[in-house]
Amino acid sequence: MHIVIIGNGIAGITTARHVRKLSDHQITVISSESEYFFSRTALMYIYMGHMKFEHTQPYENWFWKKNRIDLVFDRVTELDTDAKTLQLKTGKSINYDKLVLALGSVPRPLPTPGANLKGVQPLYSKQDLEQLEETTKGVKQAVVIGGGLIGIELAEMLHSRGIHVTMAVREKSYWDIVLPKEEAEMISKHIKARGIDLRLDTLVGSIHGAEKVDAVTLNTGETLACQFVGATIGVMPNIKFVEDSPIETNRGILVDEHLQTNIEDVFAIGDCAEIRTPDPGRRPIEAVWYTGRIMGETLAETLCGTPTPYRPGIWYNSAKFMDLEYQTYGQVPTTYEEDLDSLYWEDIVAERCLRIVYEKATKKVKGFNALGLRLRHELCDEWIAREQSLAYVLEHLEQLDFDPEFYTNYLSKAKANLEAIA
Amino acid sequence: MQKAGIIAVLIGFGVFLTLPFITRHTLNEQLVAKEFGQEETSTLVSRELEPWFGKPLSSWKLISEIDKTIGNVNAEIVKRYALTSTDIDHLVELAKSQKLDEKHIEGLWGAFNFKTQSFMSYGSWLIGRSFNSDEELRNNIEQVANNITQYEVIPKKGIDTYVAKTLKYTLAKHSITGFVAANPFLLLFLTFGLSALGGLLMLTTFTKEPAGIKNNGIYFHPAKSRKWLGIIIGTLLIAFYIILYFYPQYMTGWIRMVDPISYLLSGNEAGQFFLYGLMYTVSVLVMGARMMAKYRHNRYQLVRTGSVMFFQTLFAFLIPEILVRLNQPYFDFKNAWPLNYDFFFDFNLNRLIASGNLGLFMLVWGIALSFIGVPLLTYFYGKRWYCSWVCGCGGLAETVGDPFRQLSDKSLRAWKIERVSIYSVLVFAVVMTIGVLYTYFTGSGELLGINTYSMRQVYGAFIGAGFAGVVGTGFYPFMGNRVWCRFGCPLAAYMGIVQRFKSRFRITTNGGQCISCGNCSTYCEMGIDVRSYAQRGENIVRASCVGCGVCAAVCPRGVLKLENVPVNTRVNTTNFVKR
Repeated sequence: MHIVIIGNGIAGITTARHVRKLSDHQITVISSESEYFFSRTALMYIYMGHMKFEHTQPYENWFWKKNRIDLVFDRVTELDTDAKTLQLKTGKSINYDKLVLALGSVPRPLPTPGANLKGVQPLYSKQDLEQLEETTKGVKQAVVIGGGLIGIELAEMLHSRGIHVTMAVREKSYWDIVLPKEEAEMISKHIKARGIDLRLDTLVGSIHGAEKVDAVTLNTGETLACQFVGATIGVMPNIKFVEDSPIETNRGILVDEHLQTNIEDVFAIGDCAEIRTPDPGRRPIEAVWYTGRIMGETLAETLCGTPTPYRPGIWYNSAKFMDLEYQTYGQVPTTYEEDLDSLYWEDIVAERCLRIVYEKATKKVKGFNALGLRLRHELCDEWIAREQSLAYVLEHLEQLDFDPEFYTNYLSKAKANLEAIA
Repeated sequence: MQKAGIIAVLIGFGVFLTLPFITRHTLNEQLVAKEFGQEETSTLVSRELEPWFGKPLSSWKLISEIDKTIGNVNAEIVKRYALTSTDIDHLVELAKSQKLDEKHIEGLWGAFNFKTQSFMSYGSWLIGRSFNSDEELRNNIEQVANNITQYEVIPKKGIDTYVAKTLKYTLAKHSITGFVAANPFLLLFLTFGLSALGGLLMLTTFTKEPAGIKNNGIYFHPAKSRKWLGIIIGTLLIAFYIILYFYPQYMTGWIRMVDPISYLLSGNEAGQFFLYGLMYTVSVLVMGARMMAKYRHNRYQLVRTGSVMFFQTLFAFLIPEILVRLNQPYFDFKNAWPLNYDFFFDFNLNRLIASGNLGLFMLVWGIALSFIGVPLLTYFYGKRWYCSWVCGCGGLAETVGDPFRQLSDKSLRAWKIERVSIYSVLVFAVVMTIGVLYTYFTGSGELLGINTYSMRQVYGAFIGAGFAGVVGTGFYPFMGNRVWCRFGCPLAAYMGIVQRFKSRFRITTNGGQCISCGNCSTYCEMGIDVRSYAQRGENIVRASCVGCGVCAAVCPRGVLKLENVPVNTRVNTTNFVKR
């Protein structure tokens, strides 16, 4: 059986690796972005000089041949799901028995006037990074539009090169569409203290310049001189390629619980997939590294003869905002009105906070948020899965500690504080 | 501040590098007589060197004149004591007509003559023999004559290469005059003082920034990414180690400069290894301060760096010197066999046994440290308790070497080479030690046909000096800061076996939080591909891990934690898919 995977990101590559672990099927991975798998999350570190591109490749180049995973560095131009063939840009065509679409995301295009000027660009792909290296040469001031994870990464990258960065963020507090107010504020403060000119509640009305960008005008009327504009207002599933095919899409490529599209033997995973009926507590599209990996691993089971439904389990995610680490587990809503409530502890000076979310009626723990603290994933997962009581969690809170040895035990401080409130 | 620091460091290193070129030596007769014990050679040497007496010479000129002198003196000695071609002709003529006997030999040179005696020790097997041809006879006699010159005349009457090496060094060291001899404190300030001060000023580049990971621009830096400055630093380091171990006679100016400190500590003049120890300690302290500034948000790094600074200063440098001042044996209490490969050498054992109760304590301590302390502590804490908390080599690597940690090779190929290389050195160290102890207890210089003396010589030159010194440190800017610890250190190999199979230490992977970014692998000084474990949700249990904790520090997602846990829970597998 020939399994063809389009896309060599974490979802596609995880599928390939696990199919190889489980079977002897022929595996082909096609990508037009890079010859070998690299970690997209690490692109920022190349720009900041922490790493070289080769360091972002989790497997050495000999790995693929040794594991009989054929890599094709090409672009798929046509897809015929009846004939089960793919046409490549170089003219070659490939037949498949099973097709995996791991197409990833594309940056959401900036609707702002002037967005097509030179020096305005998003950050998503390897090519974007290469372009960034060019467009930021000699740049003194930059404006980053958007208050998401890529926005802050881009701001940090530019800041590391001594470029003055203004972040124009629509929200009242950084990323407050995802984070509760207190966390959002702590991060906003952190970003500002690091020297980023964070403008909250701010939109960019227009981008100016002759050929290359030289200024932006904010909705406040203020005009900021800048030679670079980062367009990071989010990403959306990369579905353009299947739009003319019989594959059904909504915002993403619609898949069932076995990650299969409406067309038999065609699957979609990772950022581009939209789950028709997500598990409780999960969203239809979750464009994060971890879900891509879990989907890949799950799909490999199905492809190798063990139909396995996609059960991502309890949600988790993490990020780092400049020097501030963030981890989240389970359900952590931004506001608490109906059935959920939360206990919140913070140490403003040390930039640490912990939020424990629980069900009002039953006092069962539903989720955790942490900034500046490292929590033990397995234990958070277990406690939420077992619906441990708030009292139990508070009593054993210090067990969650995953900070390096000799660190101040903030969890015991949090414990004392929260027990007093609870 | 940072600019001032760079200038100070440049001046400091500049003066240091200039010093050997401005060092001047002045010879006189008394000095030569004192350094050359034998009267005959001393007179010959004085005659040869006389034209230079009282004239200031550069180190190079001095050494080349001494070399020339030694050659001439040896030639004269050979003329006086070796068998001449006439002597050989006589012997051949004698032996042609009749078999040689002792009387003939005595008849030639006299019974108590040096030639007679040396011929009897090297050529007695010719006595009473007959030969198939005159040619064979002549060849044999010439062979004997050569042996006499090489093994008898030069070592006993002349200056052999070993003595020559020592003489060149002592003569150069003791003949220093002029500016260098007159201004040791000024030079100390200009070299050590300015470099250390500059180094401390340079670390303000970290303190002026908020606390956190500071790896910005490392791969653009000319020193930290194998670019031009890295090549210069590496070349200078390698040159320094080659001079230190093999040509100390050229570095006497530096050594003279630190004499006052040595007198202060041990009461003796400084040698090349005192200078080295001082440079080493100052470097560990200054760069340790830099490490602390860089990781000031990370208490594990602060404590650990403080620890290596403490052990280097007190245990490796000060205590041994003070012991010497108190007429006790020089002893580094933290140095464990087999890193301390000469611990079981006869001279060391004899020296400790001869030094009373303290010497005996040192002997017992050294043995207990290596065979009880090392495995026990490694069981409880992993080899990090030594490698990145106590060890001198580790101390240098973690402080001076920190800017280069990312340059270690993470490929599978490198790991394969590492395993062959480090365990070969371990086997070599163990076999050599067994051989040396065998010789010590039985008096026999051979074990299974191998000469135990040459074994330890080879180990000392190739592993002790070549690998640990020249390659181990000189290659920092090319292969990362743990080249020796990773590929060569026999103690690391020994502890690695304990750590891999019976230890509580592990690096825990935090569930499924890894994003495969590669920071951990990039900054692993031991070249461990940490990510390959972390991205599978597997804990890291590896023989080579020195527990520096930098992988956990640079991880942007809080995935890694160094822990001591019950042994049976160390190795895990995480299934990301719930079934």
